Amino acid sequence: MLSVIRTREWAFPVPPARREVLRATPEADLGKPPVLFVPGFGHAAWVFAEHWLEHTADRGFPAYAMSLRGHGASAPAPKADLRAYAHDVAQVAASLPRRAVIVGHGAGALAAAHALARYPAKAGVLVAPVFGGPSTALRNPLICLPALFGGRLRLSANQLFSRELPSSQGRTYAKRLGRASRKAQWQLLAGRNPEDPVGDPPVLVVGSPDDRIVHDSAVRKVARRYGGAPLLFPGMGHDLMLDARWREPIDAILDWLEKA
Amino acid sequence: MSYTAGPTGFDAAAATAWRDGVPVYDRGATICVIGAGPSGLTAIKNLKEHGFGVDCYERETGVGGAWNWRHNRSPMYASTHLISSKPFTQFPDFPMPDEWPDYPKHTQVLAYLDHYADHFELRPHIWFGTEVVKAEPAEGDRWDVTTRGTAGYGSERIHRYAGLIIANGHNWSPKRPDYEGLAEFKVETIHSSAYKDVAQLRGRKVLVIGGGNTGCDIAVEAAQQAARCWHSTRRGYWYAPKFALGRPADQVNDLMLWLRLPLRMRQWLGAKTMRSTVGDLTRFGLPEPDHKLYETHPIANSQLVYYLGHGSITPVPDVKRFHRNSVELSNGEEIEPDLVVLATGYSPAFEFLDPALLNTDPQGKPRLALHVFAKRYPTLAVAGLLQPDSGLFPLVHWQTVAFAKLMRLREAAPVKASALHRKLESEVDRRWTEANVKNSSRHWFEVSHVTYLKAIDQLLQEATP
Repeated sequence: MLSVIRTREWAFPVPPARREVLRATPEADLGKPPVLFVPGFGHAAWVFAEHWLEHTADRGFPAYAMSLRGHGASAPAPKADLRAYAHDVAQVAASLPRRAVIVGHGAGALAAAHALARYPAKAGVLVAPVFGGPSTALRNPLICLPALFGGRLRLSANQLFSRELPSSQGRTYAKRLGRASRKAQWQLLAGRNPEDPVGDPPVLVVGSPDDRIVHDSAVRKVARRYGGAPLLFPGMGHDLMLDARWREPIDAILDWLEKA
Repeated sequence: MSYTAGPTGFDAAAATAWRDGVPVYDRGATICVIGAGPSGLTAIKNLKEHGFGVDCYERETGVGGAWNWRHNRSPMYASTHLISSKPFTQFPDFPMPDEWPDYPKHTQVLAYLDHYADHFELRPHIWFGTEVVKAEPAEGDRWDVTTRGTAGYGSERIHRYAGLIIANGHNWSPKRPDYEGLAEFKVETIHSSAYKDVAQLRGRKVLVIGGGNTGCDIAVEAAQQAARCWHSTRRGYWYAPKFALGRPADQVNDLMLWLRLPLRMRQWLGAKTMRSTVGDLTRFGLPEPDHKLYETHPIANSQLVYYLGHGSITPVPDVKRFHRNSVELSNGEEIEPDLVVLATGYSPAFEFLDPALLNTDPQGKPRLALHVFAKRYPTLAVAGLLQPDSGLFPLVHWQTVAFAKLMRLREAAPVKASALHRKLESEVDRRWTEANVKNSSRHWFEVSHVTYLKAIDQLLQEATP
């Protein structure tokens, strides 16, 4: 179903915001599409700058990592909603020189999925997607309880990473996390299903059966919605791009892009 | 079919047919698009997205059509401003940058179209500096398109296509009214298409004829720069401010649409807002509007009323006739301008096409279903022949998506496709406005954006196999 009439979006356009975009460009232009990484709630561009960004550029793809508004070095946005986050993704994607591949992680995958309905991406990749809904909250009561009262989602190192990552490193990462807006957290709980993507892009879903935040069945459900099976990396935590074995999933994603 | 850009791949298929002794090169399932303005560009992009090969012919050397002020057919003037704000102006799947203002400059619109062409890699499909001389139907619902270099350079070639989208624009062929005595009038008279820069007005006594958006813009510029400015309009209009209630005025209108207020209530609220912001225009000597709000294409101009209130623009009624050195108005008054600007608009023109193909009536207006689809020719479409009460780009986007879907449906379910086309044929005279639009030749292709998009939306759903 295409959404043609968007009076609400026309009457209330998302307010503009300054956004942080980091990039790594390959040495030579091999004609490969640009890849845009979208971090999840609380995360910012730096989580991709740690490993994936450079690695993607080394493999010949122009790579970009953004921060949603209210995250990282983007403008503060305490009142932002999910539509504003999706708008941020579509804005950055449309500013790139060519049709982009959008890679969203966690709840950023949901923002990316909403953006895919507003921008005809070359391809979409949803990594450990958090599409929300009450079941996600029930699985993580301790994370979500404060969020019910407007607090932040409490993501701790042992929930985000596998044991292979040194715990001191994990704690350093977890300390750098910020928070999403109260409204967006509520919308995540409500779990509105994104519209179908425009331009019929291929969509790949990546996850881990040992992810302590997204259950295996939730990843499979998202993959089914986009007509496929998920690519799973057992033994890894939710933050696949920061975990000890970060190289495996990104190589698999780039291999898939080269084939698609 | 695979398609590589450049002359090597282009005529790889040898001539398989002949037309009047000239070889016809068959381009297979490829679809032809005429013009690389906004309508043509979105046509190429959406056809590509639906898996079609596309050849586009553009008579100029760059994309952008009317928005490319370098083109000699462009109606742009230095101060052209958008009258629809960003959400209504941008393509629905390619947002304009956040950093741009509510109403981007026309140079920004051109930059946007250039970026659109690069982003979706459309340029390899466009044959620049090539104009279409003739487009004629061939057997099997196909199209023979005769092209040559712009201004007659090079020899003519004929290619055969599976479909044809005409996106040649409708703001380039000036409409000049027949005023009595205009031929003997000795004072410099230009059409607004020849107006480019405010320097043309400096220090002169200017008469601007026409109450459309262009006429109002030029009157405002004359108020700022000319020695004297008369603005002649035939009837009363609503001059909508560009901002109302602290936001772009068109967004206020769609706020009322989002709330699903009935037309009458919107007209009442709109008129009330206009009275409290713009005020009573008859105080300045303008005629009372002879129609209700939203009945015609809006005039969006905040500055006209400002200059009327400062006496820099003298509103005058319609011109009765021209004398050798003066202009006689319908109220008997005679004025002596030394420059007359005819802001009397443009008419659509399809000089490469037999008018019967578009089912054109004696007044010269094509009778098309949804202003897009021609009777008897299911593989022909006209894109962008609309004057919406919002921006044009989103509407053209969905027009071309609908055409691409119908073309795909012809392959997947031919019976359903022809039934759908017959249904469209029965709707050629339907109007897509919610209010009773004034019957002036300027207004026949006006549409209300929500009413029109609802119809397109329904077509998109029906065209899914």
